[in-house]
Amino acid sequence: MSYTQADFKSDQPLKFCAGCGDHAVAASMQKAMAELGIAPSQTAVISGIGCSSRMPYYMNTYGMHTIHGRGLAVATGLKTSRPDLTVWNVSGDGDCLAIGGNHFIHAMRRNIDLNIILFNNKIYGLTKGQYSPTSDRGLVSKSSPWGTVEDPFCPAELCLGARGNFFARAIDADIKNSVEAMKAAVHHKGAAVVEMLCNCVIFADGIHKLVTDSSVRADKTILLEDGKPMIYGKNRDKGLILDGWDIKSVTIGENGITEKDLLVHDAKKADPTFHLKLAMMGYSPYGYAGADDNLPIALGVIRDVEAPTYDWAVNDQIEDVKGKKKQRTLRDLLLSGDTWEVK
Amino acid sequence: MENPKIIETPEVVVRFSGDSGDGMQLAGTIFSTVAAILGNEISTFPDYPAEMRAPRGSLGGVSSYQVHVGKKVYTPGDACDVLIAMNPAALKQNVKYLKKGGVLIYDTDTFVKSELDKAKFTTADPFEELAIAGKFQLVPVPISESTKSSLADTGMDAKSVARCRNIFAVGFVFWLFNRPLEKAEEFLTSKFGKKPEVLAANIKVLTDGFNYGANTHASVSTYRIESEKAAPGIYCDVKGNAATAYGLVAAAEKAGLKLFLGSYPITPATDILHELSKLKFLGVTTVQAEDEIAGICTAIGASFGGALAATSTSGPGVALKSEAIGLAVMAELPLVVIDVMRGGPSTGLPTKTEQTDLLQCLYGRNGESPAVVMAASTPVDCFYSAYNASKIALEHNTPVILLTDAFLGNGSSSLRIPEMDQLPEIKPAVASADMADSYEPYARDAETFVRLKAVPGTEGLMHRLGGLEKNVHGAISTDPNVHQQMVNNRQAKIDYIANCIPALEVKGDADADTLVVGWGGTYGHISAAVENLRAEGMKLAQAHFSYISPLPKNTEEVLRKYKNILCCELNNGQFAGYLRSKIEGISIKQFNEVKGQPFQISDIEAAIKAL
Repeated sequence: MSYTQADFKSDQPLKFCAGCGDHAVAASMQKAMAELGIAPSQTAVISGIGCSSRMPYYMNTYGMHTIHGRGLAVATGLKTSRPDLTVWNVSGDGDCLAIGGNHFIHAMRRNIDLNIILFNNKIYGLTKGQYSPTSDRGLVSKSSPWGTVEDPFCPAELCLGARGNFFARAIDADIKNSVEAMKAAVHHKGAAVVEMLCNCVIFADGIHKLVTDSSVRADKTILLEDGKPMIYGKNRDKGLILDGWDIKSVTIGENGITEKDLLVHDAKKADPTFHLKLAMMGYSPYGYAGADDNLPIALGVIRDVEAPTYDWAVNDQIEDVKGKKKQRTLRDLLLSGDTWEVK
Repeated sequence: MENPKIIETPEVVVRFSGDSGDGMQLAGTIFSTVAAILGNEISTFPDYPAEMRAPRGSLGGVSSYQVHVGKKVYTPGDACDVLIAMNPAALKQNVKYLKKGGVLIYDTDTFVKSELDKAKFTTADPFEELAIAGKFQLVPVPISESTKSSLADTGMDAKSVARCRNIFAVGFVFWLFNRPLEKAEEFLTSKFGKKPEVLAANIKVLTDGFNYGANTHASVSTYRIESEKAAPGIYCDVKGNAATAYGLVAAAEKAGLKLFLGSYPITPATDILHELSKLKFLGVTTVQAEDEIAGICTAIGASFGGALAATSTSGPGVALKSEAIGLAVMAELPLVVIDVMRGGPSTGLPTKTEQTDLLQCLYGRNGESPAVVMAASTPVDCFYSAYNASKIALEHNTPVILLTDAFLGNGSSSLRIPEMDQLPEIKPAVASADMADSYEPYARDAETFVRLKAVPGTEGLMHRLGGLEKNVHGAISTDPNVHQQMVNNRQAKIDYIANCIPALEVKGDADADTLVVGWGGTYGHISAAVENLRAEGMKLAQAHFSYISPLPKNTEEVLRKYKNILCCELNNGQFAGYLRSKIEGISIKQFNEVKGQPFQISDIEAAIKAL
C-alpha cells in the first residue's frame, strides 16, 4: 500500500500563525508518514499542550491531544499495550522539558519505541511569550523583562544524559532533511528524539537565526550522515577533525588537510561520549551565545544505537512467563492457592 | 480468675503480637484459614509498625495480627478475647486490646531484663507496671525454650529454631480452641511442602505446642467456636487489595480485553501493583511509572489503545492525578481509578485508615467534571466492586473512581471463588470498522448518552481525542452552545448509570424510625453495632451505600421514610453533606471520627443510643 501526504492530512485547517515554523514541520511529518508507508489507521499521534501540541488534529491518524507535559506518559501507555502501532509524540520545549521533563527522561531511560518530535522554539508561544527551559541565558521575555538568570537545557545533552539512543536535529524550513530525520526515527526501534529548530514568528522571531539564516546556514551547520566524512560549508570545503580531546574545524586543502583526515560519522557507536561532543557543537552553557564560533551545529541523525525497547521487553516477558505457568484464568490461579471447600 | 471451663462461643477474637520478625501474620493466617475451613466466617486485620526497620524487641517494632472467627463476623473486632504476646514490647503495646477476663498468653522466656529494657519497662515486674493483675487469665508459656527443646535433635541452627516459635504458639492456640491439628498440618504442608526438613520441624513444633497446652494448662478456659454453614463452593482467603486486583483480572477476562495497570508505589495501595505484577502469566501488563501522574496517563494511553486500564493509588496520588482524571472525563475513555484511602491531609497517616477522600474524588477537578464514584464495603467486596467498576467504565466510557481504604485493603476475609459464567456480562462500548462511513467520535446513544470508542488500528475510524472541548465530529469547538450541550451530555451520561446499578437496600426492622447510614469500609462496624442494638430490642434500619455518584435511584425515597437518619463516617461529614446537597431539606445527623482507625462498634452503638 502506498500513501501520499494528503492521506495523512485531516480535514482541520492548520491554525498556526502565518509564518510559524510549525507549518513546515506539519508538512514534513505528513510527508514522512506517507513515505514510510504505514497505514493511517496503524498510526497514532499523541501530544501534550502548546502550539505544536495541536498537531494531532491535523493528522488523519488516531490521535490524542492530552494535558500539559503528559503526552509522553500517555504515549508510553499506548505503545506498551499496543506495540503494533506506530506512535508519534509531539511536544514543545516547555511541554517536554519543563512540565513534562520527568516523563521525557524516563521515556529515554526505558527506551520505549516512540518517535518524539521536539519542537524547540526556545519560547512559550501559546501563553504568549515567556522564556522556556531552552531559552538562552539573558533572554528578555514577558516574564523576564531584565533577562533570564538561568541556564538553558540543550535537548541533546538531556536526551543523551538520560541514556537516549537516538537523537536527530533538523531545521523547520528544511523539509527534505526533516523528513529524513523523522523517517530514521521511525525506523529506529526505541525512544527517538528529533529536535526541530522552530521559529516562533510572533514571540521569538529569529531565535535560531545565528545558525539557520540562509546567509549563514551552510557555514554554521553540518549535516551528519552515518559513515560519511564530516564536511560542510557553502563551498563544501570545511571539515571536522579531532585535535586532542577537541573537535576542530579545518579547511580542506589548507595545511595539508585532505578529506581522508576528516572525522567520519559513526551514529551507531554505543559509547555516547563523542555523540555528545558532536551534539554540543555550537552550544555554550548559556545557549548559542558565547559558543565556539568556529564550530557548526550538528544536524541530521547524531546518534542511532539499537537497544532492547521497553514495549518489546514488557510483552516478551509476559509471553515468557505464560510459558512457565500452567494457570490461564483467574479461576485457575485462585484454585491453585490455599483453598477449602464447603459442600 | 477462677473456674476454668469450656466456653461455647459464637465468635472469638484472637490477637497475635510479637516482633516484626516473629511471623505473627503467618500464625494468624493459619488460625483464620483453619477456622474458615471449619465453617467459620473470618475477618482479619494486620497492624504493622510505622517504622520500616525498628530494632528487635523495641516498642516501635511490634507487629500484630488480629483474627476474628465465628458466626456473623463483620469486622476484625474492637477488642480481643485472647492475646498472644511473644515479648514484653508486644505485651505493652497490645494489652489495651484485651477484653477484661480474657486470656493472655506470653512467652516467659522473653520476660528478662534485656527485653524489658528494650520495651522501656522501668521495673522488673511488667505485670505490676501495666496493672494487669486480676484483670486477665494469665497463661505463662516458655515458648522459646520449648521450641528449642522440641527441635534439639534436628541439628537446626539457633536462628532457624527461633523462627519456629510462632508455630509453637499456634499449636498452643489450637489446643485452646479445640481445633483439629490435621488442618494446620495441611496448611503447613502446602506452604513448606517443597522443604521437607522445614515442614517436619514445623509439624513437630506445632504438635508439641498443642501437647504443652493439653498437658499443663488444664486450668484455663478453652473455647469451642460455633460455626454456620457457608454457601457451598470453593473458598480462599483474600486481602482487600488482592481482591481488588483479582476483580480487575476477572473483568478483563470477561470483557475479552487486556488488563493494564499504570501505577506508582504508595501506601496503602501498593499491594494492588504487587498482585497484578505477579499475574503476567494471565497476560496482565503493569507499568511502574515514574510518578503518580504518569501512572494514570499510561493507563489513559492504554485505554485509548483498547485495554481495560486502571491506576491504583491513595489520597495524595488522587490529588496528583486530578487533571488526568479530567482528561479521561473529557475524552470519555474507560478508566478505573482505585483510591485506597489513608489518613490525610498531605502525607497524613499513610498506614492508617480514613474515608476523607470522598469529596476530593467527587469534586476535586477543574470544570464540570462528573465521574462515577463508588466504594467497596468489605475485603471480599473489593473483588466485586473492582469488577463492577470495570464493567461501568467499559460500558459507559467513563472514568470510575473506586474507593477502598487501608482497613479493607490490608484486612482479609474468605472469598467464594466465583465461576466466570456467574459474573455479569461486560460489553465494551466500542465502534467497529463497518461504521467507517458514519462514525463520529462524540455521537451518543440517545438513551444512555454513551459515545462509542474507536480503537486505534481499526480501519476507517481515525479520529482525534483530547482535553479541549469538541463538537460531535471531534473538532475543537468554543461555541457556547456546544459547550453547554457537552457539559449536559457528560452529566447525563453519569446520571443514567443510576439505571444500571442496584437499588439501595434497607436491612433491619421494617417499622423502625431510625435509619443508620454509611458507605464503604465501615459496613462491618455499622452492621455489627446495628445488630447488637436490635438484639437489645431497639428498632433500627440500616442502609449502606456502594454507589455514591450516581446515587441509587431510590435513595431519596428511602431516606424520606425515616424520622431520624444517622450518617456514620470516618471523616467530618463529607457524605452527610453530599446527601443534603442531593436531597433538598433532608435532615441528617452525623457520627464522625477521624482518628486514622476503624470505628469501635461500641462507639457507634453509643452514638445511635444518643439520638
